[in-house]
Amino acid sequence: MTDAIAADHPQGLARARDYLHAGSTLRSWLMSTDHKRIAILYGITITVFFLIGGAAITVVRLELVSPNGNFISDDTYNKLFTLHGVIMVWFFLIPSIPNTLGNFLVPLMIGAPDMAFPKLNLASWYINLAGGLFTLAALVAGGVDTGWTFYTPYSTMFSNGNVLLAAFGVFIAGFSSIASGVNFIATIHTLRIAGMGWMRLPLFVWSIYAVSLVMVLATPVLAVTMLLIVAERWFGLPIFDPAHGGDPLLFQHLFWFYSHPAVYIMILPAMGVVTELITCFARRAVFGYTFMVYAMVAIAFIGFFVWGHHMFVSGQSPYASLIFSFLSFVIAVPSAIKVFNWTATLYRGQISFEAPMLYGLGFVGLFTAGGLTGLFLASIPVDVHVHDTYFVVAHFHYIMVGGSVSAFFGGLHFWWPKITGKLYSETWARFAAILMFFGFNFTFFPQFILGYLGMPRRYHVYPPEFQIYHEMSTLGASVLAAAYLLPPVYLGWSMFRGTRAGDNPWGASGLEWQTSSPPPPRNFRSPPALPDTVYDYHAQGKAPAADQASPRRRDSEARQNVDAAR
Amino acid sequence: MTESAAALREPWTSLEDQRRVAMFGMWTFIASEILFFGALFMGFSVVRVLHPAAFAEAAGHTNIWYGSANTAILLTSSFAMVMGLRAADLDLRRLAALCLAVTAVLGLAFLIVKGFEYKDDIDKHLVPGQDFALKAGAAQIFFSFYWGITAVHAVHLTIGIVLVSRLAWLLMRGDIAMRSPQFEVTALYWGFVDIVWITVYPLIYLGGGRS
Repeated sequence: MTDAIAADHPQGLARARDYLHAGSTLRSWLMSTDHKRIAILYGITITVFFLIGGAAITVVRLELVSPNGNFISDDTYNKLFTLHGVIMVWFFLIPSIPNTLGNFLVPLMIGAPDMAFPKLNLASWYINLAGGLFTLAALVAGGVDTGWTFYTPYSTMFSNGNVLLAAFGVFIAGFSSIASGVNFIATIHTLRIAGMGWMRLPLFVWSIYAVSLVMVLATPVLAVTMLLIVAERWFGLPIFDPAHGGDPLLFQHLFWFYSHPAVYIMILPAMGVVTELITCFARRAVFGYTFMVYAMVAIAFIGFFVWGHHMFVSGQSPYASLIFSFLSFVIAVPSAIKVFNWTATLYRGQISFEAPMLYGLGFVGLFTAGGLTGLFLASIPVDVHVHDTYFVVAHFHYIMVGGSVSAFFGGLHFWWPKITGKLYSETWARFAAILMFFGFNFTFFPQFILGYLGMPRRYHVYPPEFQIYHEMSTLGASVLAAAYLLPPVYLGWSMFRGTRAGDNPWGASGLEWQTSSPPPPRNFRSPPALPDTVYDYHAQGKAPAADQASPRRRDSEARQNVDAAR
Repeated sequence: MTESAAALREPWTSLEDQRRVAMFGMWTFIASEILFFGALFMGFSVVRVLHPAAFAEAAGHTNIWYGSANTAILLTSSFAMVMGLRAADLDLRRLAALCLAVTAVLGLAFLIVKGFEYKDDIDKHLVPGQDFALKAGAAQIFFSFYWGITAVHAVHLTIGIVLVSRLAWLLMRGDIAMRSPQFEVTALYWGFVDIVWITVYPLIYLGGGRS
């Protein structure tokens, strides 16, 4: 075995002190099958896509400052918000937490040396990159103006944009999702360390498991949908064309059969991350572990049966709408269970407000706001009133940006010391977290009001009475953009000038903290010791033990120990 | 290096575990594929319910002889695949190679028959568009699905042929361990592509109301 490894990696991987030093050539990164390096590759590509998608929407928000739109043409405006949606959904949000944090952490958290299929893992990154490049090519070659939903018959028969390339790019990226999902499921089933049963998996691992099920079972339907668009547009096969008796609603059903579960692809891993953050910084075992598991599985499952709530005004059967409305209320129950359990975990905890915890607490609030407004939209009469308005835009940005992106940043800060072996500036990190929370609400809260007053989404021009809300939103977006630019600066700084992190700077309980920071190529030099319980902090109703002091004190002690050991 | 060690891949330490997880991974992927084809079949069925008469008429214009011949060819290929798998289990290298080669050849035969069928369809103007042969509007949708579904199936089959031929080639050269999990995984995939056809066949060819 070791011979084989040494032969594959001329740099002497087995002897390298950590994964970052296991080869410094470009090839050693681009051909690496180490899940940690692949996570970094994903991290780089999603950052680039995030910047592209963010830049597009910055122009849109600036344009919306004035009611008549002065800087760009209607056509460009349509192409920019489409670009924003397509890139952010498929090339940032979907791969964000699962493929960066999940890829890096799942094997570490279950005590495994790597993923079950390391080559497939690398392949999934290349597939994702190829899909992204196709989509970007569509934008360079003239852009797409359909919105990220590609609704027919506009997308297949009328749009002059480069729908074909974009849809094909999304089609390809889907296989990256499926490959990752298969890989995670196989890894979690087969590579758990001896003694780690299903009911003591960290909830982050559970969340990745649940999300992988959704990826594997929902993504193929998106692939088919995109394929049918390509067939209709390129080969002229009338599938949804009403002139031949085709049904555009069929497209919407197929599209939302994927795209509603896709929302859960974005939010479930965020829930997993936040559970790790809150337990650690409240020094508390999670409240109601089993129900947290059931809730996630329930969300993944019921998430497949609510897609019709996107189509209340499409002309679908009112009975269908009734059932979809009911099921959309049902799915709020497990979501609410999670929110209550997070707050109950905080109860009598020893809470400290490090940057990751600020993101975690921000998540709980923003997710709750986004979830509750989701209930407004699930009830048909309200939806008829606010359908396709900024109310919807605000709602899903509370979930996707306030929820998923907050959790992504929280997780990134929490595990940064493990990933890079360096500590960042806590002051800057807290400042960025607070600024992000403020900027986010400043951007999106006015949109709730705007939508409720009747401002439709995706419009380039609007009546002057809406201007004040649009200006607030744009001003908030500038704050938000500034807040997003801070972490790359101080995190980047920490890589070169940061203090060395100990193995476990937060005094957290997961297995990933038992190995060195950054971890060695095969994760553990000696098998990690499984603690008695998952979330081995002080239990419900018990006074904190002496060794459960705040993370920072534990950190300084740990650092003294490291120094003493030297 | 022993033969088993040659088949072993990272991060596994035992071939048994590796085989188990490879099969598990392939089953998971097949679950995904079922949703892929399921969406196509669902779309087909929805439009069929909306326009039963047009679909029955259009199905009458498919060539049932080609379809039936291909069904027989594909079922036989699966038989050869399973024989090959069994031969590999029993360490009969040459027999395994032969069976896999037969499997690949039958897969290829399927594609060739399909090619003749496509040519016939084109000659009979059954490609949706300006000079489509049938009057009913929804007949065009039937043939859209016909081309779409059979083409996607053919792509899957082509991937299968490449995988099986590769294994047969490696077996003949003696470059692969007999206990490699690749045989079982490939056989599973081949079986799946076969079963998809078993669904496609009645859906497309048998809906024409022929007596």
